[in-house]
Amino acid sequence: MNYAHPEVLVTTEWVEQHRQQDHVRLVEVDVDSNAFHEGHIPGAIAWAWNSQLCDTTRRDILSREAFEQLMSQSGIDNDTTVVLYGDSNNWFAAWAFWQMKIYGHQDARILNGGRKKWLAEGRDLTREEAHPKPAHYRAANADLSLRAFLPQAQSASREQCAALVDVRSPQEFSGEILAPPGLPETCQRGGHIPGARNIPWSKACNDDGTFKSADQLRALYAAEGVDNSRPVIAYCRIGERSSHTWFVLRYLLGYAQVTNYDGSWTEWGNLVGAPVEKGAAAAGQA
Amino acid sequence: MKAEHYRERRLEVAGWPLRLTSYKIGDLFHCHADNVSPGANVARASAPTQEEAERRALEKAQERLASTRRR
Repeated sequence: MNYAHPEVLVTTEWVEQHRQQDHVRLVEVDVDSNAFHEGHIPGAIAWAWNSQLCDTTRRDILSREAFEQLMSQSGIDNDTTVVLYGDSNNWFAAWAFWQMKIYGHQDARILNGGRKKWLAEGRDLTREEAHPKPAHYRAANADLSLRAFLPQAQSASREQCAALVDVRSPQEFSGEILAPPGLPETCQRGGHIPGARNIPWSKACNDDGTFKSADQLRALYAAEGVDNSRPVIAYCRIGERSSHTWFVLRYLLGYAQVTNYDGSWTEWGNLVGAPVEKGAAAAGQA
Repeated sequence: MKAEHYRERRLEVAGWPLRLTSYKIGDLFHCHADNVSPGANVARASAPTQEEAERRALEKAQERLASTRRR
C-alpha cells in the first residue's frame, strides 16, 4: 500500500496470529461502548472514550498522570505493543492512538478495518473480560505539536498559514444540520471555519472499513489543495473523526505537520463573535 | 463464538440514508443503525431473531432521525 509508516497498521490475520503474545495488548475503543459486551476479540480490554480517554471535569484530553494510570491499570508498559480497534471504522481507536502519541508511546498500532472487519470475517469472539496484570508506565511530557488549539485554528483561518480540513459530512459543513443526523445538536451555529476545505473522514476508507491505498489517499487530499507543503489542521465536531484523518495524514501519508483541533466545531460553533462560513463546498470540493 | 449471519443493508429514513448492520453472536442477534455519512451510530438493538433486532433498531433510528432539523 506504500504507506509512510506501515508499521502502525495491522491486519486481522496479524491479530489472529499475535494476540496471545505477552507484549501485545488489544484495546477496543468504541463509539458505542455496548458493542464490546456483545463480544470482542479474545484477550481485548475496553476503554470508554467518554470517561477514560478524557478529563471528565474540564474539557480536555487526559492529564499525563491520568494517562499513566490508565496504561498501568491496563497492563501496558512502555514497551507494550498496543493494538487499538473499534466500531465506526476506528473513530475512537484513532482518538486513543492520537493521545498515545501525544504522551510518547512508541508502539501503538491500529487494526485495519477495526471491529467491523473482524466481525464480518467471522473471527473468534468472546464475552469474557480480560484482567491484565497491572504494569508500570511512565509517560513523556505531552507533545502538543500534535494538537491544535483555538488560537492556531483562528490564525489558520485568518492568515491561511495552515490548511484547515473539515472532516464532517457535507451537510454539517454547509450548516444544513448542526450535528450528525439522529444525534443531539451540540452547537449554537452551523457552518464551518472560514477557509476550511471539506474532506469527509469516510472518504479515506473502503467499504470493508480498511484504509484506502496511499496513492488514493494522496490524490484525495491533493485534489483539495492539502499536501505536505504546509501545516494541516483537521477538525470535526468533537475531535474523534478528525483524529482519524490526523492518523491518515500523519502516519499513512507521512505529512510532517498535522494537528488535530479537538475543540472542533463544538468550540468554534459556540464562540461568541466567531466568523462562520455557510454553504456547500466550493466547486471541485468533496 | 463468532459473528454469524453478518449482513448490511441501506435504506432511507426521514430523508436520511441509514445503514443497518446485523449479526448473531451466541444466542442473540444484534443490530446497529448508523447514518452512513458521517457514519455515527444512531441506534442499537438486540433480539432473538435478526428481523426483530433490525426492526427494533430501525424503530429507534426513525425516531431519532425524524428529530433532526434541516436549516
